[in-house]
Amino acid sequence: MRNTVTVLTVVSALALAGCASKPKELPPQPATVDGSGQVPPATGPIPGSNADFLAQMQGRNVIYFDTDKFDIDADDANALRTQAQWLQRYPNKRATIEGHADERGTREYNIALGERRANSAKNYLVSLGIDAGRLGTVSYGKERPVALGSNESAWAQNRRAVTITID
Amino acid sequence: MKRYIAFVALFFAPIAAHAQTGAAAPPAQVVVPPGDDDEGGLTGSVTDESAWQDLGIAIPSFATDANVATPANSEGTAALGRELARVITADLRNNGLFRPVGPDSLPRPTYTEIPAPAWGTWQARSAEMLVQGYVRAGTDGRLTVGCYLYDIALQSQLVREGWVVQPADWRRAAHKCADLIYSRLSGESPFFDSKIAYIAETGPKDKRVKRLAIMDSDGANHRFITNGQATALTPRYSPDYSKIVYLSYMNGNPRIYIYDIGSGRQTMVTQSSNPTFAPRWSPDGKWILYSMAVGGNTDIYRVPATGGESQRLTNTPGIDVGGSYSPDGTKIVFESDRSGSQQIYIMNADGSDQRRISFFGGRAATPEWSPRGDQIAFTHIAGDLRVAVMSPGGGGLRHLTNGWQDEAPPWSPNGRIIQFFRTERNSGNTSLWQVDLTGRNERRLPTPVGASDPAWGPVLP
Repeated sequence: MRNTVTVLTVVSALALAGCASKPKELPPQPATVDGSGQVPPATGPIPGSNADFLAQMQGRNVIYFDTDKFDIDADDANALRTQAQWLQRYPNKRATIEGHADERGTREYNIALGERRANSAKNYLVSLGIDAGRLGTVSYGKERPVALGSNESAWAQNRRAVTITID
Repeated sequence: MKRYIAFVALFFAPIAAHAQTGAAAPPAQVVVPPGDDDEGGLTGSVTDESAWQDLGIAIPSFATDANVATPANSEGTAALGRELARVITADLRNNGLFRPVGPDSLPRPTYTEIPAPAWGTWQARSAEMLVQGYVRAGTDGRLTVGCYLYDIALQSQLVREGWVVQPADWRRAAHKCADLIYSRLSGESPFFDSKIAYIAETGPKDKRVKRLAIMDSDGANHRFITNGQATALTPRYSPDYSKIVYLSYMNGNPRIYIYDIGSGRQTMVTQSSNPTFAPRWSPDGKWILYSMAVGGNTDIYRVPATGGESQRLTNTPGIDVGGSYSPDGTKIVFESDRSGSQQIYIMNADGSDQRRISFFGGRAATPEWSPRGDQIAFTHIAGDLRVAVMSPGGGGLRHLTNGWQDEAPPWSPNGRIIQFFRTERNSGNTSLWQVDLTGRNERRLPTPVGASDPAWGPVLP
């Protein structure tokens, strides 16, 4: 029980740190976790659930993009490798990748841009051996920001692709 | 949705007397407002308006022959006459051409004065033009509204018209009268008797509810169409007002739906496992343009509005999105980032002969072809997002707004006013605005809640 509480505290602390940090520091780099060797605590999230995925990813379920860009950089590639490891461990699980854009663009273009970002993440996961049939995409354009300010830091956090596994 | 207004020749008692007066002093003799000099259209008509910017128009309460009960106003037709004049005043006030004075500060003409103004009363005031009218309730409950425009200095009538409307449509009679006056004095096509579809926005920035809504061109008769459970975006009225095409996430993914206003039924435009968005009607209502992303690559397609095979119009790597037909339906202006950033292109309606027209720095998005054909409105992104116009050749760039984020500029039915939505920094609150082609007359449109993605329908028959 104590173990679970500690994990949750760490996750929320990281989340807060993420909100306050500069774009260059995003996403926060957690200590390297070799997911394949880990057994979740008995009281933790159900193995293979999205809660388990989130706990294992520690922020790496989200990758970030530069303005108007959709390429996968080294940080993104690391995060997607971690996602792929989890997906390989639970081969019956499917996932949806949500693509998002910041508010500083026109609405329809941003829907297309979010779709392009979600597909970049998907294609990278497929290149790591994940069956394309397990991965869906959906773009929300600029309609669902996580950071609410109108500044570079907020926009950097909103230009993202978020992987959500389907329970 | 039978929205026709019966047009009536003004043969009624007070007008009959007047018809003779009119014949004695034909309106053709009247000084023609300067707008008519700019025969070739837009470029001229937007440059010189200051000369008659101050054209004063007195709009006293409309008279009634007998104050009788009407569903249109709880106090009867006399009070309704004042409301009619107020609606006309508000219409004419907000476009920078006129200086209307409404019924609340003017004497009230009698019924018999409507076709024969008390000139002395009006010459003592500063107004150059006088709008008088009447409203009568028929035995069937329908309302007859007459509308007269006079030149006070010349003591002559410029134009008159009348309409028969259901009580619920009384505001339309006022808009028709405003359209009549606007057209006669400006030489432009009318636009007040029209409707606007838009997206109503409520709630905080990260949980914003976006609903399809409609209203009259002045913000009245507001109505929500969707309940907000699914995000709705980018509505467009069909040219005949019978349908609205829009984007909805109702099944979790962005898809284009057609909402039938009469039946309330929704149909998907095209069955696809891929996201479809950015829908547009062709001017004749027969085609719908839309954008579809396949594997992250977005192209523009068209499909018959009644359903059927889609035809792909663009075929380049990158995002080709949106689109707006030229008024004759032969060309489409659209947005593409094939060059590396959002820019504006023109192609033939079958997709052939695609060429870029925007070369002035920054990004250019959301092009909308003017109903008059000679201008393209768009969002210019260079730091901030601003509404701008250019010629279809790509020249003559002019910025019309200077907000932090102004985007998505559709035209009024007469191609004189551009509508757009403005997003406020940080709060993300949105509101609808209008700006005329000079860029000098900008005003916010009243909406009950936040509002984005305005789309103007045509003038009603």
